[in-house]
Amino acid sequence: MIVAVLSGFIVAILLIFFGKYFRGKASVAFSALPLALFVYFLSMVPVVSSGNTLSSGLRWIPSLNVHLNFFADGLSLLFALLITGIGFLVFLYASNYLKGHIYIDRFFGYLSMFMGSMLGLVLSDNVLTLFIFWELTSISSFFLIGFDNDNEESRKNSLLALAITGGGGFFLLAGFILLGYVGGTLSIQEMLQLSEVIKGHQLYPWILAFVVAGAFTKSAQFPFHFWLPGAMKAPTPVSAYLHSATMVKAGIYLLARFTPVLGSHYYWNTTLLIIGAITMLYAAFHAIIRTDLKSILAYSTVSALGMLTFLIGLGTKEALIAASVFILVHALYKAALFLTAGVIDHETGIRDVTKLAGLRKVLLPVAIGGTLAALSNAGIPFTFGFLGKDLIYEATLAFEDFGIWFTAAAVITNIFLLYAGFIAGIKPFTGKLPVAYKDVHLPSAALWLPALLLGVAGLFFGVFPAVIDKSIIQPVVLAIHGSAVDIPLKIWHGFNKVLLLSIITITAGFFLFYFINPSNRYVKFIGKIDFLSPQQILSNGAYKIQHFSTWYTKTLQNGYLRLYVMVIVFFLMALLAYKLFTGVYIYIDSSQFHELTLYEVMVTGIMFIAILITVLTSSRLTAVASMGVVGYCLCLLFVFYSAPDLAMTQFTIDTLTVVLFVLVLFKLPPFISFANTAVKIRDAVIALSFGSLISIIALEVLNETVEKETSIFYGENSYALAKGKNIVNVILVDFRGMDTLVEIIVLTIAAIGVFSLLKFKISANENDHV
Amino acid sequence: MRTIILKTASNYLLPLLLLFSVFILLRGHYQPGGGFVGGLVASIAFVLHAFANGLKSTQEFLRYHPGIAIPIGLTISLLSGVLPLLSGLPFMKGSWFKDPVPVIGMVGSPLFFDIGVFFVVIGVTLTILFTISETAQE
Amino acid sequence: MELILAILIGLLYSAGIYMMLRRSMVKLLIGLILLGNGANMLIFLLGRITKGKPPVIPEDSAFFTEIYADPIPQALILTAIVISFGLQAFAITLLKQVYKVIDSDDLDDLNTTDDDI
Repeated sequence: MIVAVLSGFIVAILLIFFGKYFRGKASVAFSALPLALFVYFLSMVPVVSSGNTLSSGLRWIPSLNVHLNFFADGLSLLFALLITGIGFLVFLYASNYLKGHIYIDRFFGYLSMFMGSMLGLVLSDNVLTLFIFWELTSISSFFLIGFDNDNEESRKNSLLALAITGGGGFFLLAGFILLGYVGGTLSIQEMLQLSEVIKGHQLYPWILAFVVAGAFTKSAQFPFHFWLPGAMKAPTPVSAYLHSATMVKAGIYLLARFTPVLGSHYYWNTTLLIIGAITMLYAAFHAIIRTDLKSILAYSTVSALGMLTFLIGLGTKEALIAASVFILVHALYKAALFLTAGVIDHETGIRDVTKLAGLRKVLLPVAIGGTLAALSNAGIPFTFGFLGKDLIYEATLAFEDFGIWFTAAAVITNIFLLYAGFIAGIKPFTGKLPVAYKDVHLPSAALWLPALLLGVAGLFFGVFPAVIDKSIIQPVVLAIHGSAVDIPLKIWHGFNKVLLLSIITITAGFFLFYFINPSNRYVKFIGKIDFLSPQQILSNGAYKIQHFSTWYTKTLQNGYLRLYVMVIVFFLMALLAYKLFTGVYIYIDSSQFHELTLYEVMVTGIMFIAILITVLTSSRLTAVASMGVVGYCLCLLFVFYSAPDLAMTQFTIDTLTVVLFVLVLFKLPPFISFANTAVKIRDAVIALSFGSLISIIALEVLNETVEKETSIFYGENSYALAKGKNIVNVILVDFRGMDTLVEIIVLTIAAIGVFSLLKFKISANENDHV
Repeated sequence: MRTIILKTASNYLLPLLLLFSVFILLRGHYQPGGGFVGGLVASIAFVLHAFANGLKSTQEFLRYHPGIAIPIGLTISLLSGVLPLLSGLPFMKGSWFKDPVPVIGMVGSPLFFDIGVFFVVIGVTLTILFTISETAQE
Repeated sequence: MELILAILIGLLYSAGIYMMLRRSMVKLLIGLILLGNGANMLIFLLGRITKGKPPVIPEDSAFFTEIYADPIPQALILTAIVISFGLQAFAITLLKQVYKVIDSDDLDDLNTTDDDI
């Protein structure tokens, strides 16, 4: 299983080296990979359908408890089959759709990487590995959306998608870390046993919020839905693959996967129900007023994802069965509709549904595929969609408290979705063929076959649901719901409320389809209230933050060094003074102090004077000389207070510094007085208050007892361990020798810096520039 | 600056100060001193010589560019740290010869480390000062 | 004595900050050095001062027989002094080169990019 997951990455890496051989017709060969994987996962079905799980693992980072452990139960397997199955069709389709594109090898590299990450995501047992694959899908999706990188809109939208899904990923990571902390394990399978512990923990609301935020951003739930319509800038195969069938379902997968762990809790159900319901209604409404084929499909996808969230939020057995079936139903018909839209776009160059008509005459197989998908989407009897819709209504009706309202919401959403599906899947093919499209030819089979296959599959599963109910759906429900259920999927349920609702949905949908024509008028109307949409609010917010940061950068980073110094000093003073005057009792305990001696007073007196001269003099030489005096006095103080090493070093360094200054300074102009008296007084006040603060702090620290443990260690072990008696030296060359080693390296760097600054001659052309 | 007295004195001072710097370096483990101070004193000796006789003659006297001392010193220090690794001890683990040497005391890897520091300091200080005074005339 | 030293440290800090607030680059450098001296003194004082007891084990003994000055601040300061020499040398050189290019000691002439020079 590890090889299966990693094969996508291996192919992507190999393409870096061998990509150029696959730019032509050979790109069809890529579809062999998903096909092989599909067959591999299909071979797992018998094992999994009998209620077992398959697993394989590799220890990766034992110290962090991160392992490449994979396991396949019903839920994982359903997704793995969707990823590889639809992946195969999309790979096939894309090899033709992008025929002749110079970067087609790159495209397949991204696509393989995406497939690998998606497989990793749904098969991971370790939550951190899951997170890594989760982010990898975001990243590969970024490249795929922005594949047409000459187009500014593409770049913008791919960045938006990355920002939203990647940002959500961080929440997910936070949620996973909390889960790991609460549960004491990072394995999903082990977490399943700990559901009660996790739900009872006080951190549960946080875990819920983080995990749900991750899922909602990925699955484009309101108010994060807007990246998905934007992502439609991607080449159509990508839209079909990532943005309808697989990646956006990752959030749904996550919610389903964690239903047994986090579900059946008031918070969980309410959050998912409300967000899911808002998303499905909001997006369904948007879907019917769009005229761009891919926009319609994008919004109807968002709506369907909302429906899935809503169903998982209901959390009842019926709802989870409905969700399991609907995942498959939706993947089949939506991918087909996208692929159909892709062919239309590819052959006519137009995606505006108000202009498309009568294409059945030239694109018959495509028309059949699209129509079948639209019918499945509509939930016409004998299609797979009919089963899905029935189950949804069953689930909502069975819910006690708000069953009526939920059912109404589902019915309205379904009516709108039906309309949207018909507009996208049937409308372009009906009516009279405009003259402009007379020359449209049927493309090669690689383009129309995938859509047709998916459409037929929808019909096939609708007529013979028995093929999949026990083998695929039942293990999924087992994985989500936690207990085995017997669910024979039936075409005919008898006359009951559910059937009545289906009939209402279909009738109302047809009614809408016949009486309302898509028009650009509605799109314009939506454009007017665009400022209320979450996307606008978010990008406006981002713009304002950018604006603000520009403003304050210009204010604070104004290029005047002394202002920087002043800001730093003020800030430091405020912090120190606040802490000092609120938390410390200030007093001076002079009993511990040493007595004053004459020579000490003299030396400090000289220092005081020297400092004053340094500051006040207008001669550079005097300033440097008195600075030297300050240094020498410091050296004397070191002598007084038992630091002979320091005194020697200070003496020599001070000498060398003065020499340095003198060597350089006599070339420089004398001090010019830039500042007027007011500025000088201001600076003096700032400087003196800072100095006094430091003095007070120093005196207060002296009141505290001093911790000498380390010093005593050095004192006792200096001779015993390091055979040295001068402890300062022993510390430098032995105990802390590493630091000294780094120090001499720093010194070396300084010397090289000085040498190259002075000796390096600016070359002639650079000199001109200056 | 170039007075006869200073010039004559520096000829005697240079060897004396150098000797003194080596003395400070070697006794550093037992008395105040060590590689840093030793190196600085040695540098001052050369700087003094340069002041008295001119930079040119000091450079001729030295023959090699003082910068050469930097890699030499770094190598000595690093080696003294790496050598214990060869006998399976951790990096920079101190090890000594059994018997103390007169005047210096115990000879061990920390002493070699300090000698490395000594050379680096000389190299760095002289490179900086010589470079600056060379270009000061420009 | 500690009281006087504390005031001295405060003065060193004040003088350093004041010099750094001036527009001249040379004064900035001098300020930096004074500030560095102040910081060294502060560390030294806070490690408590001891008179006439250097942290050197007596020649005839293998361990200390009486109290001694704290060696850790001393080792710290020794490192700081040497490093600050490297820093000063580099800063002085930089100052010299800047002066060569813009022919001014005024920091305010520096807040423009290369193109404006």
